[in-house]
Amino acid sequence: MEGNIFQYEFIVKGLLGAIFASITAGLAGTYIVSKRMVFLSGGITHASFGGIGIGYFAGINPVIGAAVFSILSALGVEYLSVRQKIREDSAIGILWAFGMAIGIIFIYLTPGYTPNLMSYLFGSILTVTYADIIALGIMSVLLILYFGIFYRTILYISFDELFARTYSPYVNVFKYITTALIALTIVLNIRMAGVVLVISLLTIPPNIAMIFTKTYFKIIIWSVVAGFIGTASGYAISYFAGIPTGATIIFTLVMIWIIAKGFKQIINMVMHKSNSK
Amino acid sequence: MSTGDNSFPVTVKDVILSGLMMRKGLISGMKLPDKKKASQVIEELGLTELSGSSLSELSGGQIQRVLLGRAVIGDPRLLLLDEPGNFVDANFEADFYEKLRLLNKRMAVMMVSHDIGTISAYIKSFACVNRHLHYHSSSEITNEELMAYGCPIQLITHGEVPHTVLKKH
Repeated sequence: MEGNIFQYEFIVKGLLGAIFASITAGLAGTYIVSKRMVFLSGGITHASFGGIGIGYFAGINPVIGAAVFSILSALGVEYLSVRQKIREDSAIGILWAFGMAIGIIFIYLTPGYTPNLMSYLFGSILTVTYADIIALGIMSVLLILYFGIFYRTILYISFDELFARTYSPYVNVFKYITTALIALTIVLNIRMAGVVLVISLLTIPPNIAMIFTKTYFKIIIWSVVAGFIGTASGYAISYFAGIPTGATIIFTLVMIWIIAKGFKQIINMVMHKSNSK
Repeated sequence: MSTGDNSFPVTVKDVILSGLMMRKGLISGMKLPDKKKASQVIEELGLTELSGSSLSELSGGQIQRVLLGRAVIGDPRLLLLDEPGNFVDANFEADFYEKLRLLNKRMAVMMVSHDIGTISAYIKSFACVNRHLHYHSSSEITNEELMAYGCPIQLITHGEVPHTVLKKH
């Protein structure tokens, strides 16, 4: 039966997609949140839309275009702020909109109808392919290996770069590798949550985790757990209600964040009362 | 002392262990002797109860002791400090110098300070720099050395009216 095939696909794609999205977003998200790189990452994400537009226009896979653009814009922000002495947040603001503008122009110039445009902006289940899921799976393994092997080095460089430079000549190498991996993580997750919303997929789970724990490793673990709950349930709701996946996932994650925050506040109040008695 | 982001989610123990990275290379993993060494330094600096705490939960003086731990866990022969008393209140400062005196049994401690009054009780010898170098192997500050600075030091005393005494020179 046709319905069964759809249901099977829905469960497999949804479950695997949620697992891999939460692993990649949890690891990359903990890094960008604790290093206060959320705005930079948001800029990179939006700039990557330029690559999607050029990909469409040239008939190349838009994900590859987005990957190239995200890495170039990350390097571009570094170049503009360090070499050209432009304020970093201004550089981000410029590249953010410039990438979006390029994307819109090229999609407009592409002959014929472009049905997937909305899915790139806001994410959609229908356009997530098995190839996307496999790519996210490979990225998950890559990130787990990278963070597993170099955990302390990554932790120490992000905590105190200046001190790390006193013992390691490889600080810049690590920074570039990590930034490239994060850019790729973002691009691969665009298929799930869309250009506009993907940054929240990385930002909200670590912030849920940080309500309950303040140590790096535990933040990673709880980010993945919170991300999985939010992504899987958001995915299911979007499927049954027929509403866009990305928006539903982000909405669900924010709800979890609010509930967790309220829960913590109640615990604090109860603890405070019992302490003062 | 270099300080990273003090609200970064990293534990006291991990910060102190990071002082060993320079001989451990880039691959992660700390062996049992490293962890033992860390516990020893943590205890020595009076941070035992805080070892699992995140840096964001600590006061300025406690963070300073953590960073001192990171600097000494590798057993350096020389500890160089640039104005370690800054940004810390007087109680913590005295406590901090006391810790330095303990460390001084294992390593040479050299520090730069603009505060010639308060630290002299802890130091063995000092050098005044103001265009010329005046080295002295005892901890007494004489008139002659004060002259090198071209201005009197300030001594603040608490009487009925808090006041400042300027030493004659």
